Amino acid sequence: MRKILVTLLFLLFGTSAFADCNIKSGSINILANDFPALRTFVETSKQCKGSADFKVTHSSEHNKIAVPALTANPSEFSARIAANSSIVPLMNQDLIRPLDDLVKKYGKGIQDSQLITIDGKVMAVAFMANTQHLYYREDVLKDLGIAIPKTYEEVVAASEKIRASGKMQYPYAAAYKAGWNLAEEFVNMFIGHGGEFFKSGSAEPNINNAKGVATLNMLKKLSELSNPDYLTHDSEAIKVEWESGNVALMTLWASRSGTLLDDEGDPNITKATKLTGPATVGGGNIPAATLWWDGFTLAKNRSDADAEATFRSLAHAASNKKMVADAADQAVWLVEGFVPGPKSIGVIEAVKMGAKPYPMLPQMGLMHGALGSEIVEFLQGKESAEQALKDVEAAYISKAKEQGFL
Amino acid sequence: MPNKTFFWFFLPTGLAMILFIGLPIISTGIQSFYAQHDQVVKEVKKCDPFGCTVSIVVDNEETSKIREEKPLGKFNGFGTYTDRNHLAVEEIKKFWNETESFGAFVDQVTNLPFYKALIFTLTYCLFVTPNVLLLGFIIALSLNAIARKIRGPLIFGTILPMIVTPLVGSLVLFWMIDSQGIIGANIQNLMNDPYLSLKSSKTLTWITIIIYGIWHHSPFAFVVFYAALQTVPQEPIEAAIIDGASRFQRIKHIVLPHIYPVVTFVALISLMDNFRVFEPIIGFSAEGSAQSLSWLIYDNLVNEEVILFGSAAATSMMTIIGIAILLAPVLIRTWKEFKTAR
Repeated sequence: MRKILVTLLFLLFGTSAFADCNIKSGSINILANDFPALRTFVETSKQCKGSADFKVTHSSEHNKIAVPALTANPSEFSARIAANSSIVPLMNQDLIRPLDDLVKKYGKGIQDSQLITIDGKVMAVAFMANTQHLYYREDVLKDLGIAIPKTYEEVVAASEKIRASGKMQYPYAAAYKAGWNLAEEFVNMFIGHGGEFFKSGSAEPNINNAKGVATLNMLKKLSELSNPDYLTHDSEAIKVEWESGNVALMTLWASRSGTLLDDEGDPNITKATKLTGPATVGGGNIPAATLWWDGFTLAKNRSDADAEATFRSLAHAASNKKMVADAADQAVWLVEGFVPGPKSIGVIEAVKMGAKPYPMLPQMGLMHGALGSEIVEFLQGKESAEQALKDVEAAYISKAKEQGFL
Repeated sequence: MPNKTFFWFFLPTGLAMILFIGLPIISTGIQSFYAQHDQVVKEVKKCDPFGCTVSIVVDNEETSKIREEKPLGKFNGFGTYTDRNHLAVEEIKKFWNETESFGAFVDQVTNLPFYKALIFTLTYCLFVTPNVLLLGFIIALSLNAIARKIRGPLIFGTILPMIVTPLVGSLVLFWMIDSQGIIGANIQNLMNDPYLSLKSSKTLTWITIIIYGIWHHSPFAFVVFYAALQTVPQEPIEAAIIDGASRFQRIKHIVLPHIYPVVTFVALISLMDNFRVFEPIIGFSAEGSAQSLSWLIYDNLVNEEVILFGSAAATSMMTIIGIAILLAPVLIRTWKEFKTAR
């Protein structure tokens, strides 16, 4: 009996211990945002920790922790799961290390398209893509004979029709919470209008123009069709609104589709929840959305041994065909072997339509911050669009001067 | 107590205060005079899963060289203090010259982030502090008049708002005033207006936060007043009753003068606390309608992906100065009384 058990154990370990996962020492500590796909990713990499020490912090406040934690020497975390926007402050402060050597040595299964290279150096390895796109309630649209909206103008028209029918008072929802979320909606809509945030080749702001005004006016129209508390609603809050059946059209992250379409909540709503690509706006042909990647970066202020151990375990997940097959509905994986399912329609459509990635510029965070607080008064009807945009530019300029960009 | 004994008693506290309060304030002060070095940027090719572009990044080699030479940053003097996001000296001058009426000028000024936050902070202080004092005093008086048997549980119930963590307290209220929450829905019914939302209107948000502030801070005033009431001597009160003084007269002429120093103390502490109002803004997700000075500091430190240390330090220093100005009249008065008492 004992012999059989030992043999079984050997078999078990024998199969799960990949040749690459023979990590003898080092300690791994990962900082990541908190949503299902990232949990799956980190769990997968944990299978490959070998005898290294493995810790992870999943937090929706990851942006606030990252820079201080990685500035310390030795850094608190050996790896940070970052995205287009959050890699920028790490680059600005020189807190992450180039991965070229490690990719060469241990990154066999990683595809070239996953590598984020800056100035010829690999700075991050991406493993999933994300965007914000439209969700709609098939039953509601069918009842009222509304076609699936392709532009935000159609979204407005459809929402007005739904409201007029008396079915729903606030048929539209998007994460308009003052701050980061609201600014992100502006960024999407402004890019949809073909806007450029900065004058070419400089850090001078370039949003106080006709495109900026059109962007604000569209945001305002949409906000009038949303729950009056929209300025306090983040992605989680509008997800709850959707699941309560109060909303028929919504702009939300693709990475959240998994929790919308799971077995929890009213089965009728879940069944009628359908996904489509992001909408265009103002007659433009690129969608009013930004493409995002999520990938891992390694802290600079950490020993080479730790970096190596961390890279090996994360690379295991970033090239794991089993993971992308098992968790195909959690995200749009960039890993080889991923077969897109119905929940990835949003991102795939966005890429097909030629959506632009979120601008990876050193001063973009300051612009994003200024937008989040200065356009609120326009939406509340206390300010003209021109004044709001002037305020954004002025707030941005002061911050950019202090930060040395202007 | 002889001065020498006092000195030795105070020494550990004093050292801790210098170490954990004094030095950080000095360091913050120094920081507020510096800005980041001019960023050295270079154009590079960036590739990600969505394609390649040529755009700019910070040149870390060059930047680290400059940083090593001057680790504190670029000396900026009062530059951060006077920029648009703080005192906005130039903008105000411009508004003064350009606007036609005083109302338009005030509108323009209150649109600047620092003044917007200052106005909310002062409004909050002005409404919350007196109401906290009044409410705390009334509760203390009422409880003092209640039979001893049920006093214990009542006192516990009264100080609950203070025990509840501010963030949790405000979150509970936040959900209750939601348009689908118990208070929000009932107000909609009462006003017969299905579009009414406490969270979307600036005025209503301010009122909610102020009411929450009064609710949260009153127990503190109550506890101190209640303790002080226990020390009020009974003889003069009995004498006043014999002289035919009404309850109100007794409170006005005997109780209040007796606990007056305690009232000053509570007023001071509440003013300081209220000037630093912060948690309810986060709890109520009220960033859109209400910003306080403390929130501005928080915003500079965490809400941006780039941390603005200079801005945060400057706002911190101005908050300290603001508290000092607010407290000055009370402190001067106490000092004078202290001198005459000696």
